[in-house]
Amino acid sequence: MSNNDTFEDEPPNHRDLAPGEELIAEHEPAGGLWGYVLGFGLAILLTAASFVAAQTDLIYQPAVISALVVLAIAQMGVHLVFFLHITTGPDNTNNVLALAFGVLIVALVVLGSIWIMANLNENLGHMSLHDAEMLP
Amino acid sequence: MSAAAGDITARSTGRDPYRLGRGDGGHGVATGHGEGGPASPFVTVAYGFWIFLLSDIVMFSAFFAAYAVLVNATAGGPTGRELFDLTTVATQTGVLLTSTFTAGLAMLAAHRRAMLACQLWLLVTGVLGAAFLLLEIQEFVTMIGEGVGPTRSAFLSAFFALVGCHGTHVGLGLLWLGTMMAQLWVKGFRADIIRRLHCFSLFWHALDIIWVAIFSLVYLLGASS
Repeated sequence: MSNNDTFEDEPPNHRDLAPGEELIAEHEPAGGLWGYVLGFGLAILLTAASFVAAQTDLIYQPAVISALVVLAIAQMGVHLVFFLHITTGPDNTNNVLALAFGVLIVALVVLGSIWIMANLNENLGHMSLHDAEMLP
Repeated sequence: MSAAAGDITARSTGRDPYRLGRGDGGHGVATGHGEGGPASPFVTVAYGFWIFLLSDIVMFSAFFAAYAVLVNATAGGPTGRELFDLTTVATQTGVLLTSTFTAGLAMLAAHRRAMLACQLWLLVTGVLGAAFLLLEIQEFVTMIGEGVGPTRSAFLSAFFALVGCHGTHVGLGLLWLGTMMAQLWVKGFRADIIRRLHCFSLFWHALDIIWVAIFSLVYLLGASS
């Protein structure tokens, strides 16, 4: 390949952005090094919060799972914004749409599996191994 | 529509037709609607790799679903509460999170075309990644030595498959990282090398996103419930 097709070969605001690409611009408060430092700090905070939530007695035990799921999703969001530089800008539309489709499939696979298997457990729960073998 | 087409034909005279729409063809704004002609190799390569990463995450979601379904199928064997050592998990999390941060610093150095800083941050990333992998292998070897290997119960099969799959990704990422350091050293900041380096950083950040799900939903949830 020629040497002139990297990210500097055309004015970046003239085209779509690649995933993970960031333009270090003055008007970006969380751009460049500060973006990474801020993201790192937020990720550490959320990780610490997760470890505390899992081990403390302050949270009602059945609600711990909700706290962990929310904190995990929040931290994934921090990673996407500060490390992978996914934004809502028009130059990021393609990246966001691909991500949205991925999230849809992940949600279908995970929630669908849990839902269906919980249902099966519920319906077959009172059956002994012997009964299960008698099934057609 | 017709005005735009007329615009293009009018302006294309005397210009390389394959450069149509590159640069000023986008009328000065990033549109996100596919206007402005074919994207540069940097954008298409990174976008293709983004699609791969998302499909990789979809594959991981199947492992997560299997784990979530089988988490209580311990067959009378040990549960996560008895097995998981949260101190090790905290160390692993800190190490991998720091390595994803240093990978970002390496990309900033690559943007400045600072060879020494870039290589240094890549090396730190690799050392931290190797430390993570070592801790994980140590954990697996200890567990298997105590007779709680993947054959003990469906829960442990799902656990070893999920966490082992992530560990395999980290191992392959380390090989890729070493290759990239060597290529960067020999070939310099060439366009194709920068594209590969960018894809590597995307890969490494995505691995940490998957680890967030693993430490929250496997280790912390398993140890707390």
